[in-house]
Amino acid sequence: MGFMKEIINRLKQDKVGLVGVIGVALVIFIGFIGPFLSPHDPTEMYKSHTLEGPSAAHWFGTDEFGRDIFSRVIEGAKVSLYVGLISVGIGATLGFVFGLVSGFFQGWVDHLIMRIMDILFAFPDILLALTIVAVLGPNLRNTMIAIGIVFTPVFTRTVRAAVISVKEMEFITSAAAIGVKTHKVILRHVSPNILAPFIVQITLALSGAILTEAALSFLGLGIQPPDPSWGSMLNASRQYMEIAPWIAIFPALFIIVTIFCFNLLGDSLRDLLDPKLKS
Amino acid sequence: MIAYTIRRLLMLIPVLFGISVFIFLIMKLIPGDVVSTMLGTEATEESRQQLTEQFGLDQPFYQQYFSWISGVLVGDFGVSLRTGKPILPDILSRFSLTLELTLLSAFLSWLIAIPLGIIAAVKRNTGTDFGVRVISLLGVSVPNFALATLLLLVLSLTFSYYPPAGYVSLLEDPLKNLQMMVLPAIVLGTAMAGAVMRMTRSTVLEVLRQDFIRTIRAKGASERVVIFNHALKNAMIPILTIIGMQIGVLLGGTVIIEQIFSLPGLGQMVLTAINQRDFPVVQGAVLFIAFVFVLINLLVDLLYSYLDPRITYK
Repeated sequence: MGFMKEIINRLKQDKVGLVGVIGVALVIFIGFIGPFLSPHDPTEMYKSHTLEGPSAAHWFGTDEFGRDIFSRVIEGAKVSLYVGLISVGIGATLGFVFGLVSGFFQGWVDHLIMRIMDILFAFPDILLALTIVAVLGPNLRNTMIAIGIVFTPVFTRTVRAAVISVKEMEFITSAAAIGVKTHKVILRHVSPNILAPFIVQITLALSGAILTEAALSFLGLGIQPPDPSWGSMLNASRQYMEIAPWIAIFPALFIIVTIFCFNLLGDSLRDLLDPKLKS
Repeated sequence: MIAYTIRRLLMLIPVLFGISVFIFLIMKLIPGDVVSTMLGTEATEESRQQLTEQFGLDQPFYQQYFSWISGVLVGDFGVSLRTGKPILPDILSRFSLTLELTLLSAFLSWLIAIPLGIIAAVKRNTGTDFGVRVISLLGVSVPNFALATLLLLVLSLTFSYYPPAGYVSLLEDPLKNLQMMVLPAIVLGTAMAGAVMRMTRSTVLEVLRQDFIRTIRAKGASERVVIFNHALKNAMIPILTIIGMQIGVLLGGTVIIEQIFSLPGLGQMVLTAINQRDFPVVQGAVLFIAFVFVLINLLVDLLYSYLDPRITYK
């Protein structure tokens, strides 16, 4: 708890980071509370109101099927956050376990795990995600699995590097010397001390995961219609955007602002938690 | 250096082997089989059997892998399920476009990012510095597909500009080719420009704080000499690292950009093959891209020792 308190205190002093925090909080609010407040069903088609501009009834206008863009963008935020959190959860959990085992035990286990990670690292992110989704089939669950796998190597490397530097410290060798069991050393002494780089990585991965989901959906291999996703909305808008620019502008703005805020927060956390920059 | 290069090249072999096994395994996870994809549900048992034998699908799993990989090693990536044509010539002809797009966007992004990064570092905490930082953060935050869509929207509404239809290769008509490629290259390179700008600013700032820079300044060197001959040269390693990492991102990004701008490159080939469930093509093209990606990373690693003589490899 002390660690989290320290992060919050430091973030309060960092104005740029604070903008990121507020932005991310707003996106989370929109994602989780927004769908209950949105004025229309995001999949309901108002056939007589297709491609209408922003108005009091439809704040962001309507799309080619007469669906309310505001409600769809809000629902898209929920989808993006959901995919981001679950897929980063998958990647972070796998990466944490692999990195911890790899860094703590080293030897052949380390060698084996890291070579597998090298193989996963040999693919550009989007291409790996694309291939996995193509194999598993495009839907929400498989998109999250694919993105989770894509992010596993970066978490593994981050955790492994932190474990290697921590495990040689005196308090760890002392704990082992007085007979504390290995699993207790790992859980009680090593794990809490590698949280800083892990948390920074989670924030940065969240923006990456949201971005990858949007890109997959843009290519037609992520969230499938009629469910809204910012990426698929943007892709669908390309046919009509000249006569109805709002159908492209709003989803694009939401993606950009969300990624921007997550990056601001990630950057600030990285600076705050970097021991070299602490002074 | 030569010994190191040879050793690194040899180390590539297990990595490439692992990559090929991974791709082969993942393709085997696909529900349904190649025969059903090709013949459909109405096929007779006899024709199914014939095709199964033709593709060697009745053989054990490891034999299927070895017959595929031994073909790959002699340049036989198999044939497309859709066209029946060999895959490798198509990969190579499309790769020239993807490579051109990647290199052009990398070049354009360095051209803008490195000077702006240096200016921001030199003019630290001024309005210029703040402006560059905002631009660079926006650069890394704007997804290329969103930027492409908005850019095309603005260009069509404001200037009635539409990207030229039909692809013309660089050798056919260099000028027309460049006209087609500049906009996709700018969109693709924006994220790289942002990342390189940030890295250039922070590393140049770090180097400028070091003692040897103070000594050079004390000896009366002009600011130009300090920055270009000393600071930038010493800042190049982290900049090069980010460039190496970003080239891989660019290569991945071509899948999206080629799709948006209808460019018949390798990325578009992968996507079309995925949509058509032409998995031998997906398998071959993804292997090829991973191979190029690994080679780029190796080249970047080798460049380190050239740029920084302090780095020696034993």
